[in-house]
Amino acid sequence: MTSVLYDVPGPKARRVSLIGSIVGSIIIAGGVVGAIVILSSQGIFNASRWEVFVNESAKDVWTQLGYGVLATLQAAGVAALIAFPLGVALCLLRISLISWIRVPTQVVLEFLRGMPVVLMILFVLLVFATSPFVAVVSGLVLYNAAIFAEILRAGIQSLPRGQREAGLAIGLRSFQSRMSIEFPQAIRRMLPSLVAQLVVLLKDTSLGYIVAYEELLRKVKLISDLEPSLLFSAFFVGAAIYILINLSVSRLAIWIEKRGSKKAAGGMASAIKTVDLEVNVPGPEKK
Amino acid sequence: MDAIFESLPQYWDGFLRTLFLAVVSGVIALAAGTLLAAMRVSPVAALRGFSTFYVEVARNTPLTIIFFFSAIVLPRLGVKFEQFEVAAIIALSSYTAAFVAEAVRSGVNSVPVGQAEAARSIGMTFTQVLGLVVLPQAVRTVVPPLINIMIALVKNSSVAGAFFVLELFGYGLQLSNSHGDAVMWILIGVAFFYLLITVPLGLLAHFVEKKVAIAR
Repeated sequence: MTSVLYDVPGPKARRVSLIGSIVGSIIIAGGVVGAIVILSSQGIFNASRWEVFVNESAKDVWTQLGYGVLATLQAAGVAALIAFPLGVALCLLRISLISWIRVPTQVVLEFLRGMPVVLMILFVLLVFATSPFVAVVSGLVLYNAAIFAEILRAGIQSLPRGQREAGLAIGLRSFQSRMSIEFPQAIRRMLPSLVAQLVVLLKDTSLGYIVAYEELLRKVKLISDLEPSLLFSAFFVGAAIYILINLSVSRLAIWIEKRGSKKAAGGMASAIKTVDLEVNVPGPEKK
Repeated sequence: MDAIFESLPQYWDGFLRTLFLAVVSGVIALAAGTLLAAMRVSPVAALRGFSTFYVEVARNTPLTIIFFFSAIVLPRLGVKFEQFEVAAIIALSSYTAAFVAEAVRSGVNSVPVGQAEAARSIGMTFTQVLGLVVLPQAVRTVVPPLINIMIALVKNSSVAGAFFVLELFGYGLQLSNSHGDAVMWILIGVAFFYLLITVPLGLLAHFVEKKVAIAR
């Protein structure tokens, strides 16, 4: 796609681009080297800062970080499991044919989507005096259920109208048509967005840090409170774990999207191709 | 309920600071994000690689981690800030820039191929193709998602409240400590001021989306 923006590079352009690459690499490498110099002047690369991850106390450090990861995954897992069905329910209410159900739901959804998650977490924590875990999970559930509802609504609206009409025509009730015909297709269609939203949910568990829920980042803080010189190394390891988990879920979303589009391409594109071959008249390009 | 009216000066101060954080970080993120997107589609491999790496890592890092880095780790490394607003702006703009870059890039990809081909066939260079033909058209498709990114930025700025900046959420934390008996009303007041920013922006995004949808 991007290659449309410039010609296949000739010898001159290749040279320019090679020089650009080298200069660009030097600038980037310069930045990295500069950062490393600053870091090492602070003694960051002294073995003493890192050996806690391998020496006899390593087990304790890793256990603490492990508990942090578990707490993070637990909050994310529980929140996702509750948020999804709730999202389906909210979506049903949002597309209801009865206006006094639909309109209030819309207002509630707008409200939930317009609020910072951390404020909802704090609200549950202070007003209902719950444990940090419950507060984090409820905050995440409220926000993500609203997002799931909007994603599913977009999915249902993208379906051809005939799907619902056919369902009603064979005598299904409106609710039956939603549950057995429309939702299954909407969920499939929107799977990439839904998984991408899971990444957001996973990232937002780190807000638990603010309400003292002992997730990964809070553990990093605790380790560095015990031993201030470990701040950078503990932070580095903790951030790396977070990024690795999120990157793998993101990859999953991309993989699902690719798989989905391949299937769709197999059906639609091949049909279009045969038509093209038969007619073979280049029509005006569609915008 | 009285607690809300008593705390109006604090709310107002926090509201202004939230707006300040969002506007400054938003402007920086827009500039940096557009630059990252241009790097991402450029013919120079090193720039492409760097931009891809940055966007991937920043989008998959929790914002709290970035705040932790800029407000707690950086000062320990010798980078001292006069005010913690600077740390917050660094965190917010470096995080948001990645999302802006993705939005601009998908906008560039949404411009029909023929446009770029036509521009190239009349002899325009890469910068001309991008600057005169593709980007001006991409802006239309990019604006609604960009407004959504700005809404997310306003909400994300609340994390700054937990890292020593007295914006809306920061005041929320402070006031709910001092008004232990009216915590619910205090937080509802904070929520109201956030909605005062996010709801109009959301309506704007909706409106622009409808306008653009007719055009294409």
